Amino acid sequence: MPSLGADMESGTVSQWLIKPGDEVHRGDVVATVETEKSTIEVEIFESGVVDELLVDEGDTVPVGTVIAHITDGTPETTAIARGRGAEPAAAQTSPAKTHPAPIHSPVVRQLAAQLGVDLLTLSGTGIGGTVTRADVERAAHRASEQVPSEEAPDRSGGAGPSRLSPVARPQVADRVRSSPFARQRAAELGIDLSTVAGSGPGGSVTEHDVRRVTPAPSAETPGATLDVEGRQAAMRRAIGELMARSKREIPHYYLSTTIDLTPALSWLERENLERPVTSRLVPAAMLLKATARAVARVPEVNGFMIGGSFVPSEAVHVGVAVSLRTGGVVAPAIHDADRLSLDELMAKLKDLVGRTRSGVLRSSEVSDPTITVTNLGDLGVEAVFGVIYPPQVALVGFGRVIERPWARDGMLGVRRCVTATLSADHRVSDGHRGGRFLTEIDRLVQEPEKL
Amino acid sequence: MTNDEARQLVRSVLRQVAPEADIDEVGTGETLQEALDLDSIDFLNFVVGLQEETGFEIPERDYPQLSTVEGCTAYLTSIDFRP
Repeated sequence: MPSLGADMESGTVSQWLIKPGDEVHRGDVVATVETEKSTIEVEIFESGVVDELLVDEGDTVPVGTVIAHITDGTPETTAIARGRGAEPAAAQTSPAKTHPAPIHSPVVRQLAAQLGVDLLTLSGTGIGGTVTRADVERAAHRASEQVPSEEAPDRSGGAGPSRLSPVARPQVADRVRSSPFARQRAAELGIDLSTVAGSGPGGSVTEHDVRRVTPAPSAETPGATLDVEGRQAAMRRAIGELMARSKREIPHYYLSTTIDLTPALSWLERENLERPVTSRLVPAAMLLKATARAVARVPEVNGFMIGGSFVPSEAVHVGVAVSLRTGGVVAPAIHDADRLSLDELMAKLKDLVGRTRSGVLRSSEVSDPTITVTNLGDLGVEAVFGVIYPPQVALVGFGRVIERPWARDGMLGVRRCVTATLSADHRVSDGHRGGRFLTEIDRLVQEPEKL
Repeated sequence: MTNDEARQLVRSVLRQVAPEADIDEVGTGETLQEALDLDSIDFLNFVVGLQEETGFEIPERDYPQLSTVEGCTAYLTSIDFRP
């Protein structure tokens, strides 16, 4: 069960679109999964042949549960476990399947890794006996009152064949050669990199290696398809929990600047004059593009905070906050927004908003925004100071376009303006760099034809 | 196009654009964007829908006339009389 957003703890397989024996290709939609927020089409990250479906339709399982096995024609079996795979097939050997370990959400695993808590020693109070954040925090509190034991069992779960060291030692990751993606994944999964055998260049640990030693989850919790009211309540709760975590953990700072949009809007209107209504552009597309490109100048607003350190992202996947008329908000990603032309970006935006509203999103869209843009301007407020979506480190807000008196070259004029805001994580950047980012958005949007 | 036809057309297109909203609750003079929480993409889809139903190309400068059901009705009924 892939993690389809930081606020997701479990998902319900509502439909399988594959059956054993089917050939699948990377990127194919293989199942639809319901979360608190929406129905998501889960894409597969590797190609092969479906061996076995492990979860029935209608079953709710925690994030991280293996829901199917596919084979690649060799004796090795591949598990569809977690999303955002940018690397080739992760082989999971069958012994892992026969040594089930309790599975925990990425949030819990990350927290446990940070606090040095062994998840295996905890009895969970969550659904299906899973360990919750509160359990981990309680355990960390207890541990801080005692002398730490060196004999703590391996935090990695111990099911992987490549585990070399019997003792997990926090903070050794620095001495292990590993890719950034591997470190990120290891932090998410609560795996000690020193216990992982590397197969990369010079014995470095790859993300593939990390996934290979990931314990096979087993816990299943009974569940049913949520009704509309249940889903709304669940969504409100999920948003509340994620935002509370954001405000608790992220030292936000806020900046705002007013941008003269008159030249950009005039350009847009001239463009739209020549276009059929179906290919017209909206100002939001321009602002999204400018934001995505500005990241190149200030990369510390784009990426993830994982296990206490910032992992910048080279790709710019802009999450677009889309409000649902039934209540709530979802922020799926437009991938590589910095590289799309305005027309491509506009088409993606229309498609994404439509599918968000009708409630069918792809797993890759909900799991990997690297920065989020919220454009409440359509609803009429001048400025929006947003709350960052963990584990992201920045959120850009655009207000409504308003005519304002505007002084320039000693003259007063009336210009159409928008207030751009930045909420950013002080652990990663400071106000000076954040200001630079907003200035860069302003500069880029002044030359819309170059966007 | 009569007033009734135009009004029905507007509501039917709105239903396609915002199926989760209660279109019949929207008063004829209410601002659509506010009453139905339409964002700029929704509004564009609304204009596309109107155009598909009427065959008339609606220029962007006419968008402000389409902000209420009443405004849309007036606009659509006037189209038929254009050469």
